[in-house]
Amino acid sequence: MTAISSDFPSAPALPKWIAPVLLLAFAYGVVPLIGSSYLFEAILLPFLALSLAGVGLNILTGYAGQVSLGSAAFMAAGAFAAYNFNLRVEGLPLIGSIVLAGLAAAAIGIVFGLPSLRLRGFYLAVSTLAAQFFVQWALTKFSWFSNDSASGVIDAPRLSIAGFALDGAIGRYLFALTIVAILTFLAHRLVSSQTGRNFIAIRDNETAARIIGIPVLKTKLLAFAISSFIIGVAGVIWAFAYLRTVEPAGFDLDRSFQILFIIIIGGLASMRGAFFGAALIVVFPLALSRLGGFLLGDLFDSGVLDMSQRIVLGALIILFLILEPDGLVALWDRVRRRLLFAWQST
Amino acid sequence: MIADFDYQFFLEVLTGGLLSGVMYSLVAIGFVLIYKTSGVLNFAQGAMLLFAALTFVSLVERGVPFALALVVTFAIMVAMGVAIERTVLRPLTNKPPITLFMATLGLSYIIEGAAQLIWGTQVHGLDLGIEDVPLEIGGVLISQFDIFAAVVAAAMVLLLSLFFRYTRIGLSFRAVADDQFAALAVGLRLPLIWATVWAAAGLVALVAGLLWGARLGVQFSLSLVVLKALPVLVLGGFDSILGAIVGGLLIGASEKLAEVYIGDYFGGGIESWFAYVVALVFLLIRPSGLFGQKLVERI
Repeated sequence: MTAISSDFPSAPALPKWIAPVLLLAFAYGVVPLIGSSYLFEAILLPFLALSLAGVGLNILTGYAGQVSLGSAAFMAAGAFAAYNFNLRVEGLPLIGSIVLAGLAAAAIGIVFGLPSLRLRGFYLAVSTLAAQFFVQWALTKFSWFSNDSASGVIDAPRLSIAGFALDGAIGRYLFALTIVAILTFLAHRLVSSQTGRNFIAIRDNETAARIIGIPVLKTKLLAFAISSFIIGVAGVIWAFAYLRTVEPAGFDLDRSFQILFIIIIGGLASMRGAFFGAALIVVFPLALSRLGGFLLGDLFDSGVLDMSQRIVLGALIILFLILEPDGLVALWDRVRRRLLFAWQST
Repeated sequence: MIADFDYQFFLEVLTGGLLSGVMYSLVAIGFVLIYKTSGVLNFAQGAMLLFAALTFVSLVERGVPFALALVVTFAIMVAMGVAIERTVLRPLTNKPPITLFMATLGLSYIIEGAAQLIWGTQVHGLDLGIEDVPLEIGGVLISQFDIFAAVVAAAMVLLLSLFFRYTRIGLSFRAVADDQFAALAVGLRLPLIWATVWAAAGLVALVAGLLWGARLGVQFSLSLVVLKALPVLVLGGFDSILGAIVGGLLIGASEKLAEVYIGDYFGGGIESWFAYVVALVFLLIRPSGLFGQKLVERI
């Protein structure tokens, strides 16, 4: 990345924290005032949940180099754990059940991360599928998890913090935004710490990392635990704030792939990447259905939409891998530098 | 418990399991072919299988004779293999294997979408003209169709091994699988070989697609058999055809036995993940599978 930047003058020396802080100020101060409920329900809430899941997977896959195909399982684990803590522990505040849910997801993550101690590459990727199938099976099979509900679909509890109800679209949006902001900030701090550098060392060369004294086994399990914690909390947001129901069916293999696609398209090993990727993944089907309806009219029914969505998504993945392996983030940085350059030379 | 152990029933379950294992091997072999020669774990194998079966069925339903439909479908699979090599693999040469894997993940989305966009999403029945009447062999009931599938699989494996052993292009396959750079240095044309191997994988997908399609009906869920093949691959090693066969048999048998004998303790339906657990436990003992090449780590 740094090699490319030599062509252009570097961006003016604004402190790095300016952009995220401005963005957050906008998200808190302006968006709730101007957004429609469609914007919150259909775009921003799934966007926030998937971004957070992307951040979690990026820690594991982007930074620590362990490919996981079971992210949706950890989302499901988080969502169901939060539901059950909320239901079964009297007087536990919502935040408490969310933290405990994250910890439960982390524990499951450690269990399914154990194979990573001996396996790598494809063998590991395939073994993470075990998590996907096992968790989904367990949640459907044992009705205890869904409080013996006949349909397996359960209503999420109402969101409220310190007696303050967050039921409306804006309330749930602010709730999700706050959690995502805090966790992303912590994740950002983590990857720039010694632990984060250990993750990267293991990704780049495991044997070399071992030789310079990094505790490889412990670090790998830590990556699994932290990543699963974040993905688990993302699952809570997905179920509690976005869908407002908790069901295993939404956390299937396709969801796992979707999260993987988010970090490939957005950019591996980048916090911003997860947000870029999630934005694209959420907005693109909506845009495609509008565009298809506009161009083809009635021919473009939901079946055609579904299939063309798959095709375009698949093509996007391949295009990004070939043309822009560092993802939307790299694209964005390059465009920004060009614009700055053009602006400065006028 | 042991006293009233029904030996006959046990044998029946075991044979059923072994034979369904053959069906898993059939899918797994397609993976092995590509992995061996290009180091790509082709997740799109399931989608190719669906595409082949769907194309074949749709042609037959439109009145194309059986044999012609088979030839046309095979030609389409070959064209698809060449196209994939051109548009996806070639630009990604020398990228890390995991990148290539993700590309095939994208590829599987494209192929699945295209197959159903072209031929529709309804379920098609596929009749290969084999009656599924149980045969009694030595007091054990065996499905006739399963035996047919096993014979086809055996024939295909035999054909493939003869091809690898005695033809020139088979020899170059083995050279490429052994050492890509050395193969390149002695003048083998890698793109041609990769295109051929994708075409061969297309053939395997066609055969597997027809057998699985006759079994389950040709529909979207057919592409999910890839998820059955993955534990087989992990167990047998990604680069061994023998491993794919033995792995398939082991997974098939243990899955059925587990479902029948210990499934009740778990509330049933354990087939979706049991194969993975078997493969995982096994891997913890032998990290590169039964017959996989041992990786030598270098810095």
